[in-house]
Amino acid sequence: MSEYSGVMIFGEAKEGKLAAVTTELLGCGRRLAGDLGQELHCLLVGGDVGSLAQEAIAFGADKVYVVSDPLLEAYQADAYVLAAEKVARQVMPQILLVGQTSIGRDLAPRLAFRLGTALTTDCVELALDPTSKLLLKTKPVYGGNAQAVFTSEACPQMATVRAKAMSPLERDDSRQGEVITVEAGLEPSSIRAELVERVAEEVEGVRLEDAEVVICGGRGIGGAEGFRQLEELAGILKGAVGASRPPCDNGWVPSGYQVGLTGKIIAPDFYLAIGISGASQHMTGCSGAKTVVAINKDPEANIFREASYGVVGDWKKILPALTAKIKELMAD
Amino acid sequence: MNMVVCCKQVIDPEAPPASFRVDAAKKTVTLPPSISPVIDPYAEYAVEAALRIKDAQGGKITAISLGTGLLPDVVKKPLSMGADELILLEDEAFGTGDSWTTAYALAMAIKRLGDCDLIFCGRQASDWDAGQVGLGIAEILGLPSVTLARKVEVADGKARVERVTDDGYEVISLSLPAVITVSNELGEPRYPTIKGIMAAKKKEPTVWKPADIRVEPAQLGEAGRRAELVKLFQPVREGSCEIVDGETPEEAAASLALKLREAKIL
Ligand SMILES: Cc1cc2nc3c(=O)[nH]c(=O)nc-3n(C[C@H](O)[C@H](O)[C@H](O)COP(=O)(O)OP(=O)(O)OC[C@H]3O[C@@H](n4cnc5c(N)ncnc54)[C@H](O)[C@@H]3O)c2cc1C
Repeated sequence: MSEYSGVMIFGEAKEGKLAAVTTELLGCGRRLAGDLGQELHCLLVGGDVGSLAQEAIAFGADKVYVVSDPLLEAYQADAYVLAAEKVARQVMPQILLVGQTSIGRDLAPRLAFRLGTALTTDCVELALDPTSKLLLKTKPVYGGNAQAVFTSEACPQMATVRAKAMSPLERDDSRQGEVITVEAGLEPSSIRAELVERVAEEVEGVRLEDAEVVICGGRGIGGAEGFRQLEELAGILKGAVGASRPPCDNGWVPSGYQVGLTGKIIAPDFYLAIGISGASQHMTGCSGAKTVVAINKDPEANIFREASYGVVGDWKKILPALTAKIKELMAD
Repeated sequence: MNMVVCCKQVIDPEAPPASFRVDAAKKTVTLPPSISPVIDPYAEYAVEAALRIKDAQGGKITAISLGTGLLPDVVKKPLSMGADELILLEDEAFGTGDSWTTAYALAMAIKRLGDCDLIFCGRQASDWDAGQVGLGIAEILGLPSVTLARKVEVADGKARVERVTDDGYEVISLSLPAVITVSNELGEPRYPTIKGIMAAKKKEPTVWKPADIRVEPAQLGEAGRRAELVKLFQPVREGSCEIVDGETPEEAAASLALKLREAKIL
């Protein structure tokens, strides 16, 4: 382990800025690097990502490795993994952290197998073992019905980390750091799985991941029409509508609405679950919610073990009255 | 078209949350014996993806299950759905591994099978939720791969895959052989037919031991694994739920709104 030093964050960009999860990872990485007495590195890979380097420094990085190449413009696994592998072999960090994102969950396992190391995915907590200094990686398992703590002696010690599990540092533009450019050295022929097209579903209003209020519907909503009523309440509270998996699988709402282990991770102030039983795989996606409120006709539903407030009954009767009353209260 | 689908036997991930127990000393999660294990739900989507290709253009599907304590009724489900062969990598030595040892043994089994065009896995097994084995197989065999497929088509020696992303999907084209991990957006796996169940009953699975696939003891179990499980626990649920009542549902709803207002949640 001794030849390995430093904590490296695989950075991601979103809409021309560092992705929120990257700033969170930098915050967590800063703490770990401090405890180890080592440096914090950020790796940026993309078409032209040099402009993000200062932002990474402002959020805590000591050194930023920038790999820009036209072949890295959009995420393609083969090209990204080669670029990341090259820098990881050059820098040899002791710890390498990646966001549990659409890119991260695809990239990190490939990279771990290539580097011959062990990866723990979807971590919610990272700490150093006080004696061995090994990274203790905590992740929900069995759909959130349990949590496991993993370590590994192989380096770099790798983890993907769930969005909103860590806190970013306050942005400080006076921070100093070093920017190092690395040639990607990619050939078009290294891309075996080629991106042909990207199709993004438009979202109106607040993004689910960012919303402070989320009105979430489950199988109990019964169809697409029911979700109109959820949208009305979300509109009044300036929130977003989400769903458990069945409404997405049934096509009542787009798949991007899914909250949970295999959907979006959310942490709103107010989370209203309507016609949702409260399966662990769903609840693990909203465990960061401050207040959970449930409407369910089954008093035994698991959701009432997780909620702070609940109403037992048919949502078709309860929701219109709730919406009307909230409208009235908000008008005051 | 020769296809392989990797199907793990897991404890039922959709059992009621209150029924899950952790044995902290053995570091295992258990369910009451009355709740039978299942084929990992995502593996069923992977089987479905392979069956759709077989329906469209023919081919052979081999399911592989690795583990210990495999139950015939459980691991034969892919056969009853329409897969052609079943291989069991069943041995105590396969027991205490991690994503590495599992991916390695599966890759070696696929190598022994030979002549394989497509390898399907679920996006993640619903016990450890790691999502690594499919990509590990691809890396070990040096094959291109795509994760989170919601649609897979094959034409002219290439696979065209729609991959689910945070805000939609992307289309990826890759040459064969390739590894594809499948997500639930693919659409419901088919139910086994009576005929399928009868045929599966009669079919004898092939059992391979580590030596059959040239896997050395050093690459298995405790010796081969790179990740160490140091602790397993159940997070404590604090909190009690205040059930808001009323003479009518409408009244209950109104008093919920008032309570939320009082608590400054609204
Ligand atoms: C590996 C894996 C990953 C998964 N990932 C996710 C994930 O990311 N997100 C996710 O959500 N799920 C996920 N699931 C599925 C999850 O296990 C549950 O099946 C799912 O969350 C259940 O959704 P639900 O609560 O809407 O439906 P159900 O469990 O069917 O519950 C419906 C509820 O609605 C209530 N109801 C019905 N009618 C009414 C009415 N008129 N008024 C009031 N209440 C009513 C019922 O009492 C019931 O409690 C995953 C599963 C697995 C195995």
